[in-house]
Amino acid sequence: MSLQATTSQTVGPFFKIGLQWLNRENLVEEGVSGERVTIQGRVVDGDGVPLPDALLEIWQANAYGKYDHPEDTQDKPLEPGFKGYGRMPTTANGLFRFATIKPGLVPGPEGKEQAPHLLVSVFMRGVLRRLVTRMYFPDEPRNDADFILNLVEPARRSTLIARKAAGDPGTLEWNVVLQGPEETVFFDLGL
Amino acid sequence: MKRVAAYRAPHPGTQPSHLHLPYVSSVKRAPTKPQVPIPYTLSEVTGPSFGPEIIAPEASDLTKQHSGEPLGERIIVSGRVLDENSRPLANTLVEIWQANAAGRYLHEVDQHEAPLDPNFSGCGHTVTDEEGRYRFVTIRPGEYPWRNHYNAWRPAHIHFSLFGPAFATRLVTQMYFPGDPLLPFDPIFNCTADEKARNRLISSFDWETTMPEHALGYRFDLILRGREATPMEE
Repeated sequence: MSLQATTSQTVGPFFKIGLQWLNRENLVEEGVSGERVTIQGRVVDGDGVPLPDALLEIWQANAYGKYDHPEDTQDKPLEPGFKGYGRMPTTANGLFRFATIKPGLVPGPEGKEQAPHLLVSVFMRGVLRRLVTRMYFPDEPRNDADFILNLVEPARRSTLIARKAAGDPGTLEWNVVLQGPEETVFFDLGL
Repeated sequence: MKRVAAYRAPHPGTQPSHLHLPYVSSVKRAPTKPQVPIPYTLSEVTGPSFGPEIIAPEASDLTKQHSGEPLGERIIVSGRVLDENSRPLANTLVEIWQANAAGRYLHEVDQHEAPLDPNFSGCGHTVTDEEGRYRFVTIRPGEYPWRNHYNAWRPAHIHFSLFGPAFATRLVTQMYFPGDPLLPFDPIFNCTADEKARNRLISSFDWETTMPEHALGYRFDLILRGREATPMEE
C-alpha cells in the first residue's frame, strides 16, 4: 500500500526548547583525520536583515569520503570520533558557526566523484518546509566538474561556494541568503 | 558502483509552497528563484542516526521532568512512524516541543501574557521501537495569540521533528487536536492545498491508549518519504 508523506510545517520561533539538546557545533573529536575548517556565516532575509531565529543542520562525509550510514558500502574507513552531523541555531546577530573537517570525495552521478561538499538543511519561522542547499569549498579544482554544481546556472554557483576568511585560512565564510540578487541556490528534493 | 534509488516526489498539493501569503513571515523568507531539481546521490540517501542510548528515561514523559506535576490535562500522544511504502521506521529519533497548558512556551522570545509552569518545560524526545512506534506523556497545550493578523490565535499544537533513515526523509511538522475551532483560521495549518493532507495533521482521540483514571490518548501517525524502487546494479 502506498501512503503519502506527512505535510511539512514550520519549525516556528520556539524550536530551541525542543531541539537544543542535540545542538552540535563541533563535529570533530580528537584524533579524527582531515583538514580542520571552521565554517561561519549569516542567514539573511529579503531585506538583508540577519535572522536570529534560523536553525541549520549539516550532513557530510568524513575525510575519506565515507558516510557513517549503512547505505554507504564503500570500502573506506569510518572513524568513531566523526559522525558527520551538525546542528546549530543562529545567534541574536544571525550568525552560525560549525567546526568540522573538509570531507573527502563521495560517489556521484555518472560514476564520477563529487567535489567535497556539505548538505545543509535550513529551518526557521516563516519557512513552511525546510530549505535544502549545499556548501562547497573554495580553491577546489573539482568544483568545475561537479555534477550537481553544473546543474546550477553559472552566475549563481558562487552562492554555494564558501570563501576563505581574510587572514585566517582555516576559516570559511558562507552565507545563506533567502532572497535578492545574492539569493542562495536551494535544491528541490521534494521536502 | 550501485545506482542510487530516488525518494518519491511528494503527491501534488500535499506539501506547502515556500511562499504562502496569509502566513506573513513567509513573505520575506521564501526563496523567490526556482529551486534546482537534483538527482539523488549517496549524500542525500544517507543521514545521521541516533540510537536509544542518547535518550534519557524521562525524556518521553514531559510530566516527570520536574519535582511536581505540571498543571493542565495530562495526555498520551502516540503513534507509528512509517514510510510511504508502509514500512515501519524503527530507531528513528522523534523530538517534540510545545506550549504549556496556558499557551506559553518556556522561551525568552515568547511574550504571551500567560503563566509559565515551573513543572513543565514542554520538550521531549524518544526513538521509535522495532514496529516504528513512539509514545509521549505530556500536557494538552494551550492555544495562544500571535501577531500574524488581527486577533490571530494558533490552534493547540505539538511540534514534531523526525530524521528517518536519510537526509532526504527529514521532516518537521505540527500535530493538531480534533475539533479545534481555530483550525479553519490558521494560515500555518492551512498552508497546504490538499485538504486530506492537511487533515492528516490532526490527531485522533484514541480509546486504546487512553489510560483509565489517568490520561486521554491521542494517536498521530507520521509518514516519511519512501523509496521509488530498490537500487539496481549499473
